[in-house]
Amino acid sequence: MPEKLFNVNQKEYILPGNRSCQGCGLSLAYRYILKALRENTIMTIPASCLTVLHGLYPTTSVNVPCLNCTFASTAASASGLVAGLAAMNRTDTTVVAMAGDGGTFDIGLQALSGAAERGTDFIYVCYDNEGYMNTGTQRSSATPIGALTTTTPVLTKQQNKKDMMKIMEAHDIPYLAMMSPSYPVDLYDKFVKAKRIKGTRYMQISAPCPPGWVFPPKDTVKLGRLAVETSVVVLYEIEDGKFRLTGRSKTLAEKGTRAPLVQYIEKQGRFKKMSMEQLGKMQKWVDGKWNEYLKRAEG
Amino acid sequence: MEIKDDNISAMCRPAIGEAGRTGDWRDSTPVIDPAKCIASLKNRPACYLCWLYCPEGVVITGNPIRIDLDYCKGCGICAEECPARAIAMVMHEEAKNE
Repeated sequence: MPEKLFNVNQKEYILPGNRSCQGCGLSLAYRYILKALRENTIMTIPASCLTVLHGLYPTTSVNVPCLNCTFASTAASASGLVAGLAAMNRTDTTVVAMAGDGGTFDIGLQALSGAAERGTDFIYVCYDNEGYMNTGTQRSSATPIGALTTTTPVLTKQQNKKDMMKIMEAHDIPYLAMMSPSYPVDLYDKFVKAKRIKGTRYMQISAPCPPGWVFPPKDTVKLGRLAVETSVVVLYEIEDGKFRLTGRSKTLAEKGTRAPLVQYIEKQGRFKKMSMEQLGKMQKWVDGKWNEYLKRAEG
Repeated sequence: MEIKDDNISAMCRPAIGEAGRTGDWRDSTPVIDPAKCIASLKNRPACYLCWLYCPEGVVITGNPIRIDLDYCKGCGICAEECPARAIAMVMHEEAKNE
């Protein structure tokens, strides 16, 4: 990794002293997203942890132009920006819409589906911290089974996570990728690639959240890595319908050595009420997805 | 760079320390031991995994590696990820210095 590391853009676009929590997985991912996209980027963000990171009027902690929009209209506002830039003949500018899992899986879904269907030329980034973390850890459709949230405080969540990548793949868009901030060079490379592609690009990042997932902030990178080792998060990209495993997930597929799910579960306080039955159900779900990916990667 | 437009009223300007001196959030401080740090030992740009994984971007690469303690929130990821275990999270380090 170190040789590749020195090719990473050295410029920082996030200024120090922002409002993100200690050890924020989103903040780490966002650093590399902006490094990869560089100048000539316009962000559009709905209500989310990212708005908190961007800061309060009259100052902002990010060196990139940003538009704040309403919760349900992230992709719609991006469509507007693309149309506006086209009218002004500024085709070299990348429009990036970035929302959390609540703003993508639940609330922003119809606007995103509409924009993807129209083939709007923009990058949509979903940072998936598996809940409405900004408003105090409510359940979303991205929350995994067995997790405690403030809206599922006793019985834990009963349903499996929604497979958003499949929904987006069904729109026949040119590029989709799944990433983790624990592998920043992999994340950086995928964004550099996405910037060059035209059309709707959907990028999903699994961002560990120390207060929401209940683990010490120093373990953010470790937990992201464990998620990949146990294949809860699989690093892959789909370019023009062609599926490809990347980075650590590719190595895991070649070696055939995956860690058991329980190693990932036991590190997080949100799973403390998870039953053995739910653990089995989640392991089965993860295994099913992994086998599906292996089959697709082969041919 | 900046274009004046009368239609834009509520526009933020980039500023360091938007949330104040976030170094105040810290309860333990990262201290780098140059006798263990790979970049210091090799005396050339090397490793830099602390810079890679810092969510704040407050690690300043070079020799020796420095950390901007005004804004380091003290999450401890650098200490956890350092392959040489050269970074220690020390409690009440500030109090000692004053």
